[in-house]
Amino acid sequence: MIFVKRLFSAFLAASILFTGSIQTVQAAMISTEQIAESTVTSQGNQDRALIVAALSREDVQAALVARGIDPAQAQDRVAALTDEEASMVASQLDTAPAGGIIGAIVLIFLVLLLTDILGFTKVFPFTRSVR
Amino acid sequence: MLLKKSLILAFAFLLSACAATGVREVIQDQQLPRKHELTATPFFPQALYHCGPAALATALNAVDIKVSPDQLVPEVYIPSRKGSLQIEMLAAARRHGALAVKIAPELGAVLKEVSAGNVVVVMQNLGLSWAPSWHYAVVVGYDLDKELVWLRSGTFERFEMTLSTFQRTWARSQHWAFVALKPGDLPASAGVDAAISALVSFEKTAGAAKALTAYAAAVKRWPDNLVLLTGLGNSAFVSGDLPTAAKAFRDVIAAHPESAVAYNNLANVLLAQGDVLAAKASAEKALRLAAQDQKLQSQIQKTLDEINIYPGKK
Repeated sequence: MIFVKRLFSAFLAASILFTGSIQTVQAAMISTEQIAESTVTSQGNQDRALIVAALSREDVQAALVARGIDPAQAQDRVAALTDEEASMVASQLDTAPAGGIIGAIVLIFLVLLLTDILGFTKVFPFTRSVR
Repeated sequence: MLLKKSLILAFAFLLSACAATGVREVIQDQQLPRKHELTATPFFPQALYHCGPAALATALNAVDIKVSPDQLVPEVYIPSRKGSLQIEMLAAARRHGALAVKIAPELGAVLKEVSAGNVVVVMQNLGLSWAPSWHYAVVVGYDLDKELVWLRSGTFERFEMTLSTFQRTWARSQHWAFVALKPGDLPASAGVDAAISALVSFEKTAGAAKALTAYAAAVKRWPDNLVLLTGLGNSAFVSGDLPTAAKAFRDVIAAHPESAVAYNNLANVLLAQGDVLAAKASAEKALRLAAQDQKLQSQIQKTLDEINIYPGKK
């Protein structure tokens, strides 16, 4: 069963890659993305490996919906990503930093106030750091 | 006890006395104008947790792409995370037709962009590594003599920070920053690799016509680059500009005579122009060059198949 699942996801990943490359250029043209990957060395290979292990775009979409995003919007958002980005989003949805700010816990208020004044942080707009 | 207190105090002053790493080099940089501020940059005060959409709207409107933070919320905001992911910030900029280029993780690169007229979207952790306050803001100005930067940040139109504090809060995001440009413009600081990675993603989402403009500008700056010339040729081909496409692939061949991809794609252009004989010669040359690469061979074989079934062929 696991083997079948793996086979299926490998097939899915391959089909995504394939459709990705013919989206932009006609069938017999070789895409810019392909040549860009062949010129980038080790980093590119790592990214490739990531994609092979990655989920399908539907899975990425479902993960976004599960985090409170409108299904139609989730589809558009996934479509705007490159293959590499889609797999990265899927694997980092809950771990990557998400810029949102505001709200430091009271417990660490004083620490942050001090570090603000020292110029290491800038949580409170009203602080002026010493040089 | 008193000794301990005074030691702590002395240590604190010692810390505050030194500038953050990288700041001194920038202050002494003779290449940079001493100060510059892009005062015309629009400002969108953020709603709670919506610094991502607000920063992105600021950067896009700065290059005359009219979009409001509210329009961007459903494109970048993740409710359960109460924030926006870096990748989606770049993707959303592309969706609105801007070329989003990540710039080098150096303070000098940020200031160089600002002095060249490009505002810079940065990610900061305004708190500490163990108590993070992730935040997106837009750098719009700096003054090296006063050691200050100004940002459109949160609900503050002209948020002032010392260079050192900025550098420390920015370093916690691994110095993550990007510029959003109109297709045809290039970042002042970024190298060819950053430009390539931005352009290849841009080509996939922005459409061939905009990609063509963007590639043409990049080829002007880096004339012999294999990927950029290929991108120029491909986007010209898809836009229907066959002469430009043919010239681009011939330029690739001149600079990289071993490129099977260039011969293959040139063959497709020639076929579209109706020159079957030349197309066939080019595809066969491609096949010979791709002797080592099976994937490439099968792709070139597809080109040859199309040439062989071409209706005009005798």
